[in-house]
Amino acid sequence: MAFESLTDKLTNVFKGLRSKGKLTEEDVRVALKEVKMALLEADVSFKIVKQFINSVSERAVGEEVLTGLNPAQMVIKIVNEELTKLMGEEVTELTLNPGGKMTVIMMCGLQGSGKTTTAAKIAGKVKSKGKSPLLVAGDVYRPAAVDQLKVNAEKVGSEFFSMGTEVSPVTIAKEAIQYAESHHNNVVILDTAGRLQIDETLMQELIDIKNAITIDETLLVVDAMTGQEAVNVAETFNEKIGIDGIVLSKLDGDSRGGAALSARAVTGKPIIFAGMGEKLGDLEPFYPDRMASRILGMGDVLTLIDKAVEAKQEADEEKERQMAAKLKKGSFDFNMYLESMKQMRSMGGLGGILNMLPGVGKISDDQLPDEKELARMEAIVLSMTPRERENPKILTPQRKFRIAKGSGNDISVVNRFIKQFEQAQKMMKQMGGMKRGRHGMGALGGLMGMGGGIPGMGRRGKFF
Amino acid sequence: MADGLFKRLKASLTKSRNSISENLNNVFLGYSEIDEDFYEELEERLIMADLGVNATSRIMDRLRERVKAENLTHTSSCREILIEEITGQMAMPPTAYVFLNGRTVLFVIGVNGAGKTTSVGKLAALFKGEGKNVLIAAADTYRAAATEQLVEWANRADVPIITGKEGADPASVIYDAVHAAQARNIDMLIVDTAGRLHNKKNLMEELRKMSRIINKELPFWNQENLIVLDGTTGQNALSQAHEFGDVTRLTGIILTKLDGTAKGGIAIAIVNELSIPVKYIGIGEGINDMTPFDPNAYVRALFDEKDQEEEQHD
Ligand SMILES: Nc1nc2c(ncn2[C@@H]2O[C@H](COP(=O)(O)OP(=O)(O)OP(=O)(O)O)[C@@H](O)[C@H]2O)c(=O)[nH]1
Ligand SMILES: [Mg+2]
Repeated sequence: MAFESLTDKLTNVFKGLRSKGKLTEEDVRVALKEVKMALLEADVSFKIVKQFINSVSERAVGEEVLTGLNPAQMVIKIVNEELTKLMGEEVTELTLNPGGKMTVIMMCGLQGSGKTTTAAKIAGKVKSKGKSPLLVAGDVYRPAAVDQLKVNAEKVGSEFFSMGTEVSPVTIAKEAIQYAESHHNNVVILDTAGRLQIDETLMQELIDIKNAITIDETLLVVDAMTGQEAVNVAETFNEKIGIDGIVLSKLDGDSRGGAALSARAVTGKPIIFAGMGEKLGDLEPFYPDRMASRILGMGDVLTLIDKAVEAKQEADEEKERQMAAKLKKGSFDFNMYLESMKQMRSMGGLGGILNMLPGVGKISDDQLPDEKELARMEAIVLSMTPRERENPKILTPQRKFRIAKGSGNDISVVNRFIKQFEQAQKMMKQMGGMKRGRHGMGALGGLMGMGGGIPGMGRRGKFF
Repeated sequence: MADGLFKRLKASLTKSRNSISENLNNVFLGYSEIDEDFYEELEERLIMADLGVNATSRIMDRLRERVKAENLTHTSSCREILIEEITGQMAMPPTAYVFLNGRTVLFVIGVNGAGKTTSVGKLAALFKGEGKNVLIAAADTYRAAATEQLVEWANRADVPIITGKEGADPASVIYDAVHAAQARNIDMLIVDTAGRLHNKKNLMEELRKMSRIINKELPFWNQENLIVLDGTTGQNALSQAHEFGDVTRLTGIILTKLDGTAKGGIAIAIVNELSIPVKYIGIGEGINDMTPFDPNAYVRALFDEKDQEEEQHD
């Protein structure tokens, strides 16, 4: 299969390329070409693929490549994240009205997509939650569809309602509601005949049913093996009938299931269940993140990425420990300042780091410095020579002047920054003398910004 | 293919504004000169017709070669080449329908919901209409009411049927059917089977066993092993054809639901890769909505070629 070699292909494409720095347009272009192929092989609708690739491309260019990953893998990491977002991030459950209030569910979809089986599966599921389901035979066209539902209703222990095949589905739906009311069924599941979305007459029938009774959930059943057509099916059913959720059937097969993405993206409606087998218990919640990686079909790359992310986290934690140790010793220079800035960005901001330092209390957002201000400070430090960074004492006026020019700041700004830094350093020293416990840590907390200790880490706008 | 049928195929193709043929045609309308943009868009349209990345690039490579070799500049000649190439690929081997001349057992298999049972009903009616002695075997003993469904089709086609109990061994139905076929001087025995996903080992082995029994019990009959593919299926159909082809030697494809807007482009990929010819197509839920596959009509419909006869009538 084409996609099996995809990982190899990507590895080859990026062999010998550096694994550091930012993603260039070329990196992104080359990697996304492969991703595009992978998504098409997975049957994601062409239009959706195109839109998706464009938006990912915008996000990816300029992003920092994680250590341990090559640019292609970094792009795939981003792709996977975006794909998960698009799939809907969280598990969505079927909404049932509370208490004894009736919930009416209508199944719809193409022929052979799995509506009848899914209807029975849902009945079994709500029954196990203590509800009293009624399965309604609304497919009056396909031979023996009524019998099929009846047998399945018995199997899951659901009540069953049919008026044969000589009555219109609209009438059946109306009567079924009355029946449910008098028989205390609080979940009504209406099975309907499969139909093509271009079949005007049969589509009108579903609209008529919706007009005749109150339907809480219209569920579109989509075969996980569907090809490019999935997008047209989902779009048309949603436009004409209005759907509330999607069931992805036959996911126990080996299809990559791109139809899931197409249907979800084009309707914006959540996928609520995944059909995982022919047995009536084989209905599972839908996990968007798993589906995203299944569609992408790059399991091994994703594992690699996870590992790199973990390694990065470990390395960050180690650096943090080192920094905390240095802080305790009272040695603090501009390099550490830079390092702490960098970490802030990758570790979820200053708040994240401070909260990790023992003894530092929770910090609210408005206590944190402004990103622009930080960038300015960073520019000043970056204009220093390595020696100056290690040893701020050598900063003569000429040097300060050079730094001001280099960083595009006024000399007064640089002076103020360095002064504040020295103050911070002093406080660090004092604190270093204190052994441990609440006292010392309190000082650290104050120092890291709230007391205006480290320059640029003060409250928003404080420094300028 | 009958002209009426061609019309219906075409009608369904033009029903939707998203239809593939329209899309394919737009490319030729939108470009007159052959350039990279044209190629790219053409490629996109083929992928949108479910041909898949591989078959599409093979077809595009061939096209580029010929454009170069024949010094072509106008897109309309590309259209001709594509029609020619795809039609050529989809062409029937000369032996495709010889089974019609002898006693034959048709073993109908495929994934869940593809349209097996309906196709069995339609085939029964088709053969019966040709004056053959037809017998149906309901070997789907698994799915609820599968037998009832097929009994209804047997009634509609007015042919006899052999059934088993729900939950019975499907092999036993086959034994019964085989013996009945021999005893009753049957020409066409059509076996419906339960739908199964091709990655289920046990179910696939069950199919292998059924195929062997047929082979052993009816050694002098033609055995047509037909895989039913839903025309809306995407790239997974390739995997289906692979796996079903592993448990029994596939002799043909029944491509269903072509009355929708999906045109079963994946079949082109399958023929291209596995050389299993499409033999019948399903174009609706009625008993007469099945016809032998005609590559010319199919490809013409795919490219929305004007139907000569239709033009005269318009
Ligand atoms: N529109 C259309 N629907 C079809 C066609 N062929 C079959 N169907 C419908 O597809 C659905 C499934 O068909 P079946 O014949 O029951 O499929 P199957 O493969 O036997 O299904 P299982 O035995 O459950 O695996 C039914 O609603 C059929 O009416 C076709 O050519 N066009
Ligand atoms: Mg069947």
